[in-house]
Amino acid sequence: MSQAESQASAAAPAAEEDHGPHAVPRALVAVYVVLVVCTGLTVGVSRIDLGNFNIWVCLLIAVIKGSLVALYFMHLRWDSPFYGIVLISAFFFAALFIGLALLDSHSYQPIIKPTPMALPQAPPP
Amino acid sequence: MSTTSTTNLASGIAHGLERAPGHDPHLAHHFHSPEQQYRSAKLGMWVFLGTEILMFGGLFCAYAINRHNHPLVFSFAAQSYLNVGLGTLNTLLLITSSLTMAWGVRAAQLEQRRVLITCLILTLVGGAGFLVIKAIEYQAKWDEHVWIGQWNRYNNDYNDESPYKEAPPAQPPSPTAAVSAAPEAAPSSSDANKATDVSKVKPRYIGPTGLANAPGQPSAPPAAEAPPASGAEMDQQRAQRYRDLSAGDQWRVSTFFSCYFLMTGLHGLHVVVGIALISWVLLRSLRGDFSSRYFTPVDLVGLYWHLVDMIWIFLFPLFYLIR
Repeated sequence: MSQAESQASAAAPAAEEDHGPHAVPRALVAVYVVLVVCTGLTVGVSRIDLGNFNIWVCLLIAVIKGSLVALYFMHLRWDSPFYGIVLISAFFFAALFIGLALLDSHSYQPIIKPTPMALPQAPPP
Repeated sequence: MSTTSTTNLASGIAHGLERAPGHDPHLAHHFHSPEQQYRSAKLGMWVFLGTEILMFGGLFCAYAINRHNHPLVFSFAAQSYLNVGLGTLNTLLLITSSLTMAWGVRAAQLEQRRVLITCLILTLVGGAGFLVIKAIEYQAKWDEHVWIGQWNRYNNDYNDESPYKEAPPAQPPSPTAAVSAAPEAAPSSSDANKATDVSKVKPRYIGPTGLANAPGQPSAPPAAEAPPASGAEMDQQRAQRYRDLSAGDQWRVSTFFSCYFLMTGLHGLHVVVGIALISWVLLRSLRGDFSSRYFTPVDLVGLYWHLVDMIWIFLFPLFYLIR
């Protein structure tokens, strides 16, 4: 099986089953429009005060945008799931790293705050 | 067996190192089929992208801890210094160039050579535009003295003698300037201007000075230091917000800029590498190297470019849209 055939079979399911032959460009443009809308949305939401939820809304929108890029622009939706597993495990370990580090940061916060002794001496008035 | 390989070798030599007829010219000898070769290359690319995510993960971790422990530092610095408009424009540019790249990969698969070349050129334009805007932003940071290390006015090591020269030894801020710069608790902008005129030698205005004065005397207002380009009102607001920070937070404002420059700088480096790779793919497609049987470089460079886009999708809200 040549590369073209494999790619054709990769892209074909969407093309043949769902939307007809021109599905792939349509999917690309649709994903692009959603990405642009999400960008506007995230800028808009950042102007509304949601307290602690602002960061989570921002991250949620970013995760949605990133998933769309991975699924459609990077073909993960049509590709072998193995590539997706590689990507997800990388994100998983990055998240694990950040999460555990954040848990720990609670316990050393008072210590890392500068004490007067740690600061440079004040200049003469 | 040995006769076959000898024959193959002989025919290879006879064809001027071409493969035997019917053999895919792009198939390396250690792969069974173009399909297997393509999948291996793609898996290798994905593993590489995974390591890229892990590398950025370390920086995101530093960001998360700093922001978690000093949320007010991040909101102060981001809202005072980052330009949301330019950041949004850059996001749109990268998303658009991602679309053209994805379209280019599709064109390569379908052997639409002209479409492929157009898409690659558009992608290059998007990437270059991103870098230009990033350069404008970095220039603004430089002008406002919020670069990294000793070129950051919030840093203890701040030194605003000509930054291109060797750093002179740190000296205490000039007392006259400090006095003239802080006549009252809430100086007006005219006071600030006077102070700038008076002080030929600019004081190192924040960091230890601002901290040490915190309880009793008013600290030197940042407005006194500000370059005339940025509005005095904006500087007043900025100075007020800075003074409202706790001493520990004031001490850490420069960490925000370390995070900002490290993360966007590494990302910018990836954009530069991506532009180089896309140019290479463009040259090869102009030469007519790609077909529906062989488009691995287009596909893999596309994956890399999308990853760069994806990382920016996370960087943008985390830096520009802090509330």
